[in-house]
Amino acid sequence: MLDDLDRRLLRRLQLNPAISMGELAELAGTTAAVASRRLAHLRDNGILRGSRARIDWRALGYSVEVSLRFTLDKTQRLAFDEFIAAARGVPEVTEIQTFLGQVDVRLNVIARDMPHYQQVYRESILALPHIADIEALMQVARIKNDEVLPV
Amino acid sequence: MIALDDTDHKLLRALAEDADQGSGALGRRFGLSQPATWRRIRRLEESGIIAGRRLDLDAEALGFGVTVFLGVKLATKGRVSLEDFERAVTAIPEVQTVEHVLGMYDYRLRIVARDLTDFERVLRRRIMTLPGAGSVEANVLLSEERRRGPLG
Repeated sequence: MLDDLDRRLLRRLQLNPAISMGELAELAGTTAAVASRRLAHLRDNGILRGSRARIDWRALGYSVEVSLRFTLDKTQRLAFDEFIAAARGVPEVTEIQTFLGQVDVRLNVIARDMPHYQQVYRESILALPHIADIEALMQVARIKNDEVLPV
Repeated sequence: MIALDDTDHKLLRALAEDADQGSGALGRRFGLSQPATWRRIRRLEESGIIAGRRLDLDAEALGFGVTVFLGVKLATKGRVSLEDFERAVTAIPEVQTVEHVLGMYDYRLRIVARDLTDFERVLRRRIMTLPGAGSVEANVLLSEERRRGPLG
């Protein structure tokens, strides 16, 4: 199990994954040697999987981001599998999530502008199989996006 | 906005999968020198296209067994300032993301909790007591896939 030092290291590392080992160790109140041993251990246990670059799609020219919430036709036995397999083929889909609740599946869709969004929506999204209902939430702003776990 | 070529797209894809790779290894993979790779990555960072890094942790192994997406509708629009709501909701440690949205909800939150009992505690004590919070809709996450998006 994790002790307080592991938690301190993970807290600091989550806030700045590019931090140097020396700086991280100092902030967590230990030495660089101990810190790197602890992180290696967390990696071996599969708790620390690595890090990923976060892409800002707006900076790449995708100014529209919409959260589409789907209810699927559950009388179709393969509704989920077929819907998800087809959604994987739409390049503008950046996230696919399935839920327990009112919503069955959610797709995060990005587009360059509203005409592009309309095109993606009509040609690719509405063509997905087994849709019973769709609701759209258009993103106005991201207020918090660090996805830090409160370890 | 800067113009990107195929190599930039390849670098972005590779870094979105694994940001711990050095410019030497990435350069060898894509047939570039280490300094040229480093310059390209730096350019992507400076233009804001690479907006930082996210640590990839096994949430379940760390005791966070439940992720819930919460749609929140503000009860008293106009009277409560959005800034007050945003400041308060951003400060809750279990709240991982906050999006201001247009549609049937005003905000969309991603919340982690140890289990459903723990989630209920967060919902009652932290979310429902936020200034202006009205009705909420909770959906428990079962599976999640992040796609590479329209990169080349």
